Amino acid sequence: MAETHSLQDLQQPAVSSKVFIQRDYGSGTICRFQSKFPSELESRLDKQQFEETIQTLNNLYAEAEKLGGKSYLEGCLACLTAYTIFICMETHYEKVLRKIARYIKDQNEKIYAPRGLLLTDPIERGLRVIEITIFEDRSVGSGR
Amino acid sequence: MKNCEYQQIDPRTLVVSPSSAQKHTEKEAERPRRKWEVFPGKNRFFCGGRIMLARQSGVLPLTLGLIVFTCGLFFGFDCSFLVEHLTVFIPMIAAVLFLFVVISLLWTSFTDPGILPRATPDEAADIEKQINTSGSSTYRPPPRTKEILINQQVVKLKYCFTCKMFRPPRTSHCSLCDNCVERFDHHCPWVGNCVGKRNYRFFYSFIISLSFLTSFIFGCVITHITLRSQICKSLVQAIQESPASVVELVVCFFSIWSILGLSGFHTYLVASNLTTNEDIKGSWSSKRGADESGNPYSHSNIITNCCATLCGPMPPSLIDRRGFVPPDEAIPAASASEIELPLFTAKNDAHMVG
Repeated sequence: MAETHSLQDLQQPAVSSKVFIQRDYGSGTICRFQSKFPSELESRLDKQQFEETIQTLNNLYAEAEKLGGKSYLEGCLACLTAYTIFICMETHYEKVLRKIARYIKDQNEKIYAPRGLLLTDPIERGLRVIEITIFEDRSVGSGR
Repeated sequence: MKNCEYQQIDPRTLVVSPSSAQKHTEKEAERPRRKWEVFPGKNRFFCGGRIMLARQSGVLPLTLGLIVFTCGLFFGFDCSFLVEHLTVFIPMIAAVLFLFVVISLLWTSFTDPGILPRATPDEAADIEKQINTSGSSTYRPPPRTKEILINQQVVKLKYCFTCKMFRPPRTSHCSLCDNCVERFDHHCPWVGNCVGKRNYRFFYSFIISLSFLTSFIFGCVITHITLRSQICKSLVQAIQESPASVVELVVCFFSIWSILGLSGFHTYLVASNLTTNEDIKGSWSSKRGADESGNPYSHSNIITNCCATLCGPMPPSLIDRRGFVPPDEAIPAASASEIELPLFTAKNDAHMVG
């Protein structure tokens, strides 16, 4: 069998498959992801590490959407100023989203990239799914 | 090795092919495009993607025009008399209300209502795979629906064929805008946009403040005409002296019924954490008189419902209008056209030169 090599293969690992962690709507429309460990990741990742990542993300999203004194204050102030503060100020939700982006980058660097995986920030997928890209494992031996 | 042979490209055709076309594709590959430029829904974008409207702006110009026209008449013809005979606070209150109404209207029209971006091809393929493999149980719901439990209530999620995903709860696809909108309330032609999760509070502020404005103007104009007719001792003469007031009265009289009714209806919806869509469909109407509130999204009391809907945290826009289209999505199109050029050059020549 003739083997074809593309330039891309030599430059970056090929994507083997993608796993999608869907939303968990059990508690309503709040942003929460299912913590069921997908079978495709069994060979690459510890179940506990995965669950910890998902749980932390869920907690961060819960913090962003929390109904409490602070969010009510922000809402009332916005209403009084005819919502013009949304132009100048960053909302609480946006601040937490930046925190989430930093956390995901951190997790990718420490845990996922060394195992040939990549977490995509859910905000880039409209908060519908957490996309985990599984790259081909070069160490095992290439060739299909 | 025969299978992997590349097709020989005749170098003469490369020379003949129009260089402008090649330069054009190179330019397209170079210039990064923002996501709003490739947005699949029926929306229009202005100010580099910062402002968005539905494709059909409906009667938004009429709404804005009526408000500005009526208030203009009020400030021009009635205020001078009222300031003289009553108090200077009247035009001040009217000005504040007018500003609030116009700003709320613009916020409602120009904000992303909570559009869900369409599923990426990988996501869509994954969902298709799950639909096809899930049919092994004895009972299965009709294809392309999923049943989930929300707060011990069964909710059916439908598959959206346009957006290629299962719609989250309370999400509906607007056919006018061709988008799935979260917490979809309704598509309002007066405002020229859908009303959904992100702009419901602006819409509610708009109708409440408009109710106050129309009632206030109505009251002031009645007062004006009454006072004037007392001075002239004749109602007809009072009307003749200030004909603009009659125009305002007519506009306000007909608006008040609809606006006040709408405000009352939406206040009920906010208090019970419902959307217009759910109310019309009767999704949570008490079935067999069982639970008093079949609505799984409702909080324990009215105050919490109101606060959650109107003063809750402002969710972000999910469509990232000003972000750049990732290069891996742009490259396949460019490389495909570059490969095609030499093969189709003979045909293209005829079209491009002519």
